Amino acid sequence: MEQLIQQIINGISLGSIYALIALGYTMVYGIIKLINFAHCDIYMIGAYIGYVCMSKLGLGFLPSLLASMLFCTVLGITIERIAYRPLRNATRIAALITAIGVSLFLEYTTMFFASANVRTYPSMTGFMAKTYKIGDIVISTQQILIAVITVILMVLLQVIVKKTKIGKAMRAVSMDKDAAELMGINVDTTISFTFALGSALAGAAGILVGIYYNSINPLMGVLPGLKAFVAAVFGGIGIIPGAMLGGYVIGIIEVFVSGYGYSMYRDAVVFAILILILIVRPAGLLGKNTGEKV
Amino acid sequence: MRGILNKQLTQRIIFMLLAYAIVQLLVSTNIINAYLQATLVTICINIILAVSLNLITGFTGQFSLGHAGFMSIGAYTCALITMRVPTIAGFLAGVLMGAVMAALVGFLVGLPTLRLRGDYLAIATLGMSEIIRIVFINLDSITNGAAGLNDIPRFVNWPWLYVFVAGTILLIRNLLKSSHGRACIAIREDEIAAEAMGINTTKYKVLAFIIGAFCAGIAGALYSSYFYYIKPDLFGFLKSVDILVIVVLGGLGSISGSVLAAVLLAVVSTYFQSFPEIRMILYALILVIIMIFRPQGLLGSKEISISMFNRMGKLFAFGKGEK
Amino acid sequence: MQLLAIEKLTKSFGGLTAVLNVNIELQQGELIGLIGPNGAGKTTVFNLLTGVYVPTSGNITFCKDDSKISLHGLRPHKICKEGVARTFQNIRLFRDLTVFDNVRIAMHKNVKYGLLASLLHSPSYRREEKTIADASMELLKIFNLDEKKDEYAKNLPYGEQRHLEIARALATNPELLLLDEPAAGMNPAETAQLTELIKWIREKFNLTILLIEHDMSVVMKICERIYVLDYGILIAEGTPDEIRSNPRVIEAYLGEDVSNA
Repeated sequence: MEQLIQQIINGISLGSIYALIALGYTMVYGIIKLINFAHCDIYMIGAYIGYVCMSKLGLGFLPSLLASMLFCTVLGITIERIAYRPLRNATRIAALITAIGVSLFLEYTTMFFASANVRTYPSMTGFMAKTYKIGDIVISTQQILIAVITVILMVLLQVIVKKTKIGKAMRAVSMDKDAAELMGINVDTTISFTFALGSALAGAAGILVGIYYNSINPLMGVLPGLKAFVAAVFGGIGIIPGAMLGGYVIGIIEVFVSGYGYSMYRDAVVFAILILILIVRPAGLLGKNTGEKV
Repeated sequence: MRGILNKQLTQRIIFMLLAYAIVQLLVSTNIINAYLQATLVTICINIILAVSLNLITGFTGQFSLGHAGFMSIGAYTCALITMRVPTIAGFLAGVLMGAVMAALVGFLVGLPTLRLRGDYLAIATLGMSEIIRIVFINLDSITNGAAGLNDIPRFVNWPWLYVFVAGTILLIRNLLKSSHGRACIAIREDEIAAEAMGINTTKYKVLAFIIGAFCAGIAGALYSSYFYYIKPDLFGFLKSVDILVIVVLGGLGSISGSVLAAVLLAVVSTYFQSFPEIRMILYALILVIIMIFRPQGLLGSKEISISMFNRMGKLFAFGKGEK
Repeated sequence: MQLLAIEKLTKSFGGLTAVLNVNIELQQGELIGLIGPNGAGKTTVFNLLTGVYVPTSGNITFCKDDSKISLHGLRPHKICKEGVARTFQNIRLFRDLTVFDNVRIAMHKNVKYGLLASLLHSPSYRREEKTIADASMELLKIFNLDEKKDEYAKNLPYGEQRHLEIARALATNPELLLLDEPAAGMNPAETAQLTELIKWIREKFNLTILLIEHDMSVVMKICERIYVLDYGILIAEGTPDEIRSNPRVIEAYLGEDVSNA
């Protein structure tokens, strides 16, 4: 029983990270129907910015978090502006290849400047390094921090999407871009804003992973990125609560699979879930199936 | 009419023999040295991979990001067979078995996932190839896990390469010029209309996957036999992307485009061999720039054909008289 | 002789019932109209007939060579093979293929050579390809498209695209042809020409035709019987004259002047 709870706690930590990344995928897919492969590398860059802030500049955790989110926001907007906007009306495959191209560009540019070596986050001290024991269950400050920050960001996101004007614009554009434009919504700004939001969340996920797992490298985004995408599909791509749910579910499943001795197969399990979900319920857990009109 | 056909056929045969002979000459005079030979092999393998992926993605319109998975099955099957039977017969059996195994997996994977469209299919095939890779890593006792297989006997040389490359191109081209090939293309154009015109779309999608996987299996087998050494990570997501990039760069729906792009990318990549990071950055930039400025690829869906050269020749010969 | 019998055909999408208890019967060689205001469920009937949608309930029976085949639940390509071909309301040609290829593709169901023959371009392949090419050209000639055989379908003018779609449907060698608003977007002269063409191909190919059309001049002129759908329900059936004077039909069209046609 205690082991079970421990697994769930660990799963929530990992799931939080997936959920934060998945939100970016799902929002971008929802609005321009693009699997933004570069998203996972924004997360990686976020981790690197956090590293620079904390270990080179000696900043504290919170300022570093904000710096990393800010940098990623700018990066996300820039990528959309330069690489994706010219392809808005191109074929899906062209857009997807561009996304892969941007992804490779970010990875290898980082590798060029920061080398392919693994970097280690400064080890946490004092309050940040504390662990709490309840019976046999261990919770670290970092885990609490991850969970709390994730929840705060998600609530913020929900408020932005549901309550603000730009949020309404986002929902309108994702429903029907042309109609939204006719209603006087600035589609370009709205799409930029969507990238900004998603990238900020990815940046946060990057630094949180940094303090949780300590080591980072230029290709660290690839696998979590794919899994976060699986999470987004799992919950129903384009649906924000779906991405959160999917993130947590995938995180917990992954921890369980490793916890019970099949850690070598944990990635395979995630992909198997993906294929299963796609076949059984391609619209995802919270999505609606829609057919093509003839 | 008959005369023209025969003329075309003869020209084609001459062209093919010439291509073979020229490279053979360059190899035997050592102008293509050991180092360039590796490039040559890479080009040939990439041509097979790209042409077969083009059948799936470019002609049938089914977006696949898992071609490296099929390739890895061919590579491992052939390696395991030739390591036990290190003869030319073992090699040929290995290539054949590799192709058949890949086709089998293509079929098994294709059947359920082909209900998916577009991006969803891409992601499902990506997941599938990742699963294949992870299985190879974990089948320690057979595949030696992540460390991979070493000392695979080498049987691949230019004549064999040529046979397989020319064979793949010829068969896929022939297929596409038949009613079965047109059925595949119709699916790409409009699946609902194709189905309404009596085309069993599921059958042809699965067929495209099976033939595509079969050829990728051959490519994998040739790879393992030439480069001695394989490991699961060679056949990851990045390899699938590599193949897709060749196809898209050459033009979706253009076989000659795939061939051209495979040669072009290999040359560029060989040139930057010693700066791996810069090479990848450039590669990424080229990708983005081409997608923005020429998303249909170098040739679009057009083909370079011998008759085109004929027409060009006539144009030069007769000036503007010939229309 | 009966060719097609639709009995109590019903289709609901979630809570919405698009077609309810529709009965339609076609005799061999008839030219029948299916009309109704926008959103009445006409195209849904076509989609049910051709297997794009699976009926919620009801039977579709197709009579061929004295045997009765249920089309219920068959996939579209199977239904096409049984001898039902269609055109689409919003033209669905293979836009990036040539006119010639559009027609050749539709001849696929009669191709007998196998995969191996196509890989090797065997003599049987060559023989059949020649037959396909000749038959396609013949069809294109009928529609005056033979000179444009190498043109991309998307580059044809609108009216010719509609013609090509009919040619493509005919290439599947059907017994029953379903035409979904073939005159939509055509000017009166083109429409008149199309009307003649439909009559002519019925004779030439020995077809039974079910026609959805908004242009009453076409329907009233060439259809032997007409079925009228409104809100998914069949509200009338009869000869053009009967339909013209049917009060329920006039009411359904409400202002659309049926009797004037």
